[in-house]
Amino acid sequence: MQDLSRRNLFSLAAAAPLGRAFATAKSAAAVDPDPARSKARNRIQELHLPNVPLISHEGRDVLFYDDLVKDKIVTVNFFYSKCDEICPLVMANLVKVQKLLGDQVGRQIYMYSITLKPDQDTMDVVRNYRTALGAAPGWTFFTGKVEDIDKIRKGIGFTYPEPAIDRDTSQHIGNVRYGNEPLMLWAACPGQAHTKWVAESFEWMVHPELNRVQKS
Amino acid sequence: MYYNVFGEKVSRKRYKEMVNAAKNRRELITAGLTSRRDLMKLGLLTAGGMLVAKSGLSARAYGQQQAIPPSGSNQVCLPGNQPASPMTKAFVDPLPIMPVTAQTPLASLVNGQGVKTAPTICPNTAAGEVRAACHQAPELNPAMFPFPPPRIYQMHQQSVQLLQSPSLPKQTVWGFNDGTHGTITPGPTYQANYGTPQLTRNINALPPLTQNGGFGMPSVTTHLHNAHNPSESDGNPCDFYGIGNFADQYYPNVLAGFSSTNPPNGDINEALSTLWYHDHRVDFTSQNTYKGLVGFYCLFNEFDTGNEETGFHLPSFPQFDIPLVFADKVYDSESALLAFDLFTLDGIIGDKFLVNGKIQPFFQVEPRRYRFRLLDTGPSRFYSYFLTELNNLNQVNPFWVIANDGNLLPNPVEVTTVRIGPAERVDIIIDFSKFAGKTIYLENRLLQINGQGPVPTPPFTAPHFGAQVECSNSGGTVLSDILPAGSGNLLLQFQVSSKAVRDNSVDPATNPSFYSLPSTNVAPRIIRTFKFDRLNGQWSVNGQFMDCNEFRFTVSQNSSEQWLLTNLTGDWTHPIHIHLEEHQILTRNGLPPSLAVEHARKDVTQLHPNERVQLFFRFRDWVGKYPIHCHNVVHEDHAMMALWHVVANGGDNINVP
Repeated sequence: MQDLSRRNLFSLAAAAPLGRAFATAKSAAAVDPDPARSKARNRIQELHLPNVPLISHEGRDVLFYDDLVKDKIVTVNFFYSKCDEICPLVMANLVKVQKLLGDQVGRQIYMYSITLKPDQDTMDVVRNYRTALGAAPGWTFFTGKVEDIDKIRKGIGFTYPEPAIDRDTSQHIGNVRYGNEPLMLWAACPGQAHTKWVAESFEWMVHPELNRVQKS
Repeated sequence: MYYNVFGEKVSRKRYKEMVNAAKNRRELITAGLTSRRDLMKLGLLTAGGMLVAKSGLSARAYGQQQAIPPSGSNQVCLPGNQPASPMTKAFVDPLPIMPVTAQTPLASLVNGQGVKTAPTICPNTAAGEVRAACHQAPELNPAMFPFPPPRIYQMHQQSVQLLQSPSLPKQTVWGFNDGTHGTITPGPTYQANYGTPQLTRNINALPPLTQNGGFGMPSVTTHLHNAHNPSESDGNPCDFYGIGNFADQYYPNVLAGFSSTNPPNGDINEALSTLWYHDHRVDFTSQNTYKGLVGFYCLFNEFDTGNEETGFHLPSFPQFDIPLVFADKVYDSESALLAFDLFTLDGIIGDKFLVNGKIQPFFQVEPRRYRFRLLDTGPSRFYSYFLTELNNLNQVNPFWVIANDGNLLPNPVEVTTVRIGPAERVDIIIDFSKFAGKTIYLENRLLQINGQGPVPTPPFTAPHFGAQVECSNSGGTVLSDILPAGSGNLLLQFQVSSKAVRDNSVDPATNPSFYSLPSTNVAPRIIRTFKFDRLNGQWSVNGQFMDCNEFRFTVSQNSSEQWLLTNLTGDWTHPIHIHLEEHQILTRNGLPPSLAVEHARKDVTQLHPNERVQLFFRFRDWVGKYPIHCHNVVHEDHAMMALWHVVANGGDNINVP
């Protein structure tokens, strides 16, 4: 459990034909010109953004922190293909969010969805699910190992205090975590919130200086 | 090689901390700690009442959802992970008293430091002002609400390095600078008066995100909590602005009803006393208030005068009338810097207790009556305040509650304890004459182990608590949410001098009368129901989520409504706050409130597990948008909020908005 051994990593890599070889799963520290900021970023990584391996719908082997989160603006949420209550609502909403954000997704904002049931949701299943959903480039789907995915889920705080509910995948958290890693700016919104509002929230990560007034 | 819970390599130092944490927990549980003596034996509490945080109580250090303070015998009930701030010495710093906010001459708004433009009735967008509408008050009645008003303030919201404990390094926090007292947090205390309108220019002078020290969004909107204020000056969460921008906020300081039920001056029984200001930036309020953007606003009139020789004869401000800001925080076990859990949905519980910006300060008092205005700024903790004399733990020490949420009660209520949640205030009178020459403590004896709220009292509706909480003193089950005297969190030490002094303040035992409760015998135009729930982890109001672009319902100006707040979950307590006007609690689960102090005007109501609370409202005088939201600021930031608005004519019939 605690040791991400090289053997495990290589077996994952071997399972994925396009995979690259990993030297280590230890995160490469965030490089920031300001040492205090480097330290703070590394602390956030250590506590909340585990550098565990995932496999993308394209068959790419990646490390969660190093390859997906570090130096990027990202959104992260969870789903599984046979989930028929919360997931269709959230995922259909995110398709519309992506359309609203247009080509910002894939350039400034990277959207990630990770299956909570990797045993059922193999790379092929995840890829087909993504295609059926109509996700556009810039929104990547992932599978991996149950325990690694659970580390990400717990790391980004998508948990319940009640252990029984926390274990119940069908009640999984429907929020979307969004953040700007280098700026250490992190928040979350309900995946079922109104499309336009979700898109506006994501854009704060790109333009945190924006002013806003709501006319009555 | 050493690994953390993610299976990642960690330093040897960190690994040792993790091992120590587990060992400490076993020790505490085996020891069956139930008393202060036990804690002293184990070195957790010194004879001086100094609470010792055992380093390394947590394997994951800060910000776990299942976090409890390692001070006091809250430690007898330990969930899996606890925060572990570095050890701090208690009661070595004097209690800071926030200075009274200094006014700014109108001319220096144009020529001095800052934005350099005269205030305008309509938003001066060209100069960088971000405000939703023109000021209602001077347009409504320029004689009553002149523009500019007689008192002007300019607050720069800035970053500053401050010491919060002599045991910790200086912390990067955000505070308010009134131009005279430097940048401080909590900010300076406004001394405001009914009948004297005022304007505050709130300028965002925060540093760029690259200098935020790990959390905090330099995008602000400053809410004046509980003020009967026009919407455009309320500090709405959906009107926010970035660095270099500002908002001119006009505070009319006028009684509710002035242009409706009780012209021309309003209803004296709606007088407010203890308000506070805080950042309200949608989705980032928890970070920004935790970082320091909070302060008091005390509102006086001809009765609550601030002078014990006049009016209601309440203890004189500011010598004997002391605002107290309570905040619980966590400091990183390695860097000892203020830490904030950016990744929780439940709430944040700290293990260090700050009063007016210092960890566990002391306060030298005279043996006489004092008024304290207690404010819980959260993020998520509730407090049950007791007075404790450590050498005499069996002694019950009553005190008087005179105001709930800053609104004076009809008469003082004598209590042995009072409970408040995030954003609630309670004004109390403590008579120190009976403690002359002694040292006593303000102690929080409420057991709370995570962001859910206080541990539910028996009979338990949440069976998981028994399994989740390891309680050595009660066979694995929590039997009460109130800890034994001396075993909770000692918040503030009172060193009472022995020399008798003058006290011309009213003795609450003589049962003085303050304001009457306004009649609730008014037919509501509509009864609305609000269900607060968690849907797949998403905090919701009536199954929907916060959206700044949507008004969920429309209230008719100068109408009365009843709202039913419902919480069908068995284990969460939500402190629900509604802007614009106070409410009165008509019933809790069908019965009038059992607590005498709840027969009051409120602006935050605790919604307990499995509870339905019926509230009475009038929405008077102003129009515009306002929110209803949970004031556990982590829930608030995750969409447990709804926007509504007041319009001059009409109002909808949506019963379940």
